[in-house]
Amino acid sequence: MIRASGAFVALTLDTLRAVPRRPFHWREFLQQAWFIVSVSALPTALVSIPFGAVLALQAGNLIRQFGAQSFTGATAVLGIVREASPVVTALMISGAAGSAICADLGARKIREEIDALEVLGIDPLHRLVVPRVAACAVVAPLLNGLVTTVGLIASYLFNVIAQGGSPGSYLQSFNALAELSDLWISAVKALVFGATAGMIACFKGLSAAGGPKGVGDAVNQTVVFAAMVLFAENFLISAAVW
Amino acid sequence: MGVEVVVEGLTKSFGRQVIWQDVSLTLPAGEISVLLGPSGTGKSVFLKTLVGLLRPDRGHIWIDGYDLANCSEDKLYELRRLFGVLFQDGALFGSLSLFDNIAFPLREHTKKSESQIRQIVMEKMELVGLLGAESKLPGEISGGMRKRAGLARALVLDPEIILVDEPDSGLDPVRTAYLNQLFVDLNTDFEATFLIVTHDINTARTVPDDIGLLFRRELVMFGPREMLLSSDEPVVRQFLNARRHGPIGMSEEKDVSELEAEAQLGHDPGALPPIPPQLMPTGNRVRRGQQPPGAWLAAHGVIPPQGSFIDDRGRNWLEEYPRLVSAHLNGVR
Ligand SMILES: Nc1ncnc2c1ncn2[C@@H]1O[C@H](COP(=O)(O)OP(=O)(O)O)[C@@H](O)[C@H]1O
Ligand SMILES: [Mg+2]
Repeated sequence: MIRASGAFVALTLDTLRAVPRRPFHWREFLQQAWFIVSVSALPTALVSIPFGAVLALQAGNLIRQFGAQSFTGATAVLGIVREASPVVTALMISGAAGSAICADLGARKIREEIDALEVLGIDPLHRLVVPRVAACAVVAPLLNGLVTTVGLIASYLFNVIAQGGSPGSYLQSFNALAELSDLWISAVKALVFGATAGMIACFKGLSAAGGPKGVGDAVNQTVVFAAMVLFAENFLISAAVW
Repeated sequence: MGVEVVVEGLTKSFGRQVIWQDVSLTLPAGEISVLLGPSGTGKSVFLKTLVGLLRPDRGHIWIDGYDLANCSEDKLYELRRLFGVLFQDGALFGSLSLFDNIAFPLREHTKKSESQIRQIVMEKMELVGLLGAESKLPGEISGGMRKRAGLARALVLDPEIILVDEPDSGLDPVRTAYLNQLFVDLNTDFEATFLIVTHDINTARTVPDDIGLLFRRELVMFGPREMLLSSDEPVVRQFLNARRHGPIGMSEEKDVSELEAEAQLGHDPGALPPIPPQLMPTGNRVRRGQQPPGAWLAAHGVIPPQGSFIDDRGRNWLEEYPRLVSAHLNGVR
């Protein structure tokens, strides 16, 4: 466990060192970014609808008991924009895109394609890892915007239509608490989470060993490991910023 | 013209598992060497250490006056340009066609035009017998074809040292023979230094100029083919020449206690079997790095067993070889 963490940190540092190296592989980056959007956009949007609604439901019920129903909009800000949306995004990226990236790199690793690249004088970090991690980092804030938008709309509609809340007070309390900086921080969180999920997927893929079963194990570990790290990161960033 | 590789005291372990230790050998420039060993003895690890994909714990790998095992990252990338590696299953890039796979090193490392690239790629594809399969994807072709495509890709930058991992794994004897012939012919044409790693005893007996035997974490012996094929050393004898009990399945390695038990029971490996003639290049040619058959034996006063150097068409290569050489020399004149 400790050795794996050390190896992960080492790979991350080596990858960072490879980032400024020219040429940047735009084609690989765009292909990966498009791939990530295509596998994670729809599930992300679909997850955020019940997420927004359930937040409105739970918070709404609780808040009604305090007689402070008009604050539902505010909870939506706290819940969706600041916390839920970046985490949902990152979980979707690591679940849908990270697992695919890990499986792809893992298969290449056990077929010795990665070794072949290195023998041909090509650094797999520069060629394969940097574009993938960059794609995850860039796509995550976009998906995060999608989750925020869809989640807020869902929570608004649920509050107004199903719970009989008043549209005016929802928006008012939302405005009272929401700041532009919330959206920025949310986007930055998503970027960090996306990069982390991508890095973990690449690390696990490149350290796959022992045939097809090894690749399966690596994919499984990617998703679990990423979830653990993301929740820890989310806590750290939230605690530091708010 | 091929480059000499000198390995000194090389040791590699993963964690507490020692793979092999204190391996020293010299791959003579332009010759074909085979490293034989049962599965799991670390042959692939050795190959990857030679190209610097894995760093050894100790020891040196001297190439062109540089120690590849202990040099800077930049120097390592430079030295790697001397190598062509054929990995076990070809290690082709799955998303690229055979043509693009073979063109890949040229596109990455040279400024050649597409038409020059096309010419070189087609030439190499013809060399390995793959003309017509340019647009196929690696997933669509047989294992034997993948290996040949991997070989073409390894050849495209004119390497001085060619490393081959288990050319015979997963291939039937006919395809194995074809591939072995290809190595011998390529060595004749390009005179690169070859190291073939295998657990196939027949390949080890007939293809190389030099044989090494890797067993129980050690290089048991390394030297000229005739030296190992006539050796009395029990382990070498057992692996390369065992006859009475049939050749040991190299994949199910017998452990030491079994070998010792056999020795105590008097199951000695038996009489030395005839030494087969070496695989010759096609077209009545002779390789530059090749020694005449029987030369090492004669120089060391060893009498080969009856029936040595006779091929399956009944030709005796002790007589055939000088005839070939003189015909060749006359032809040149
Ligand atoms: N990257 C690695 N990390 C840890 N152990 C390895 C690694 N590569 C190979 N090994 C171990 O080294 C031993 C030798 O493997 P290998 O070189 O593939 O054998 P061979 O090619 O002779 O069949 C095996 O026990 C294998 O598990
Ligand atoms: Mg192997």
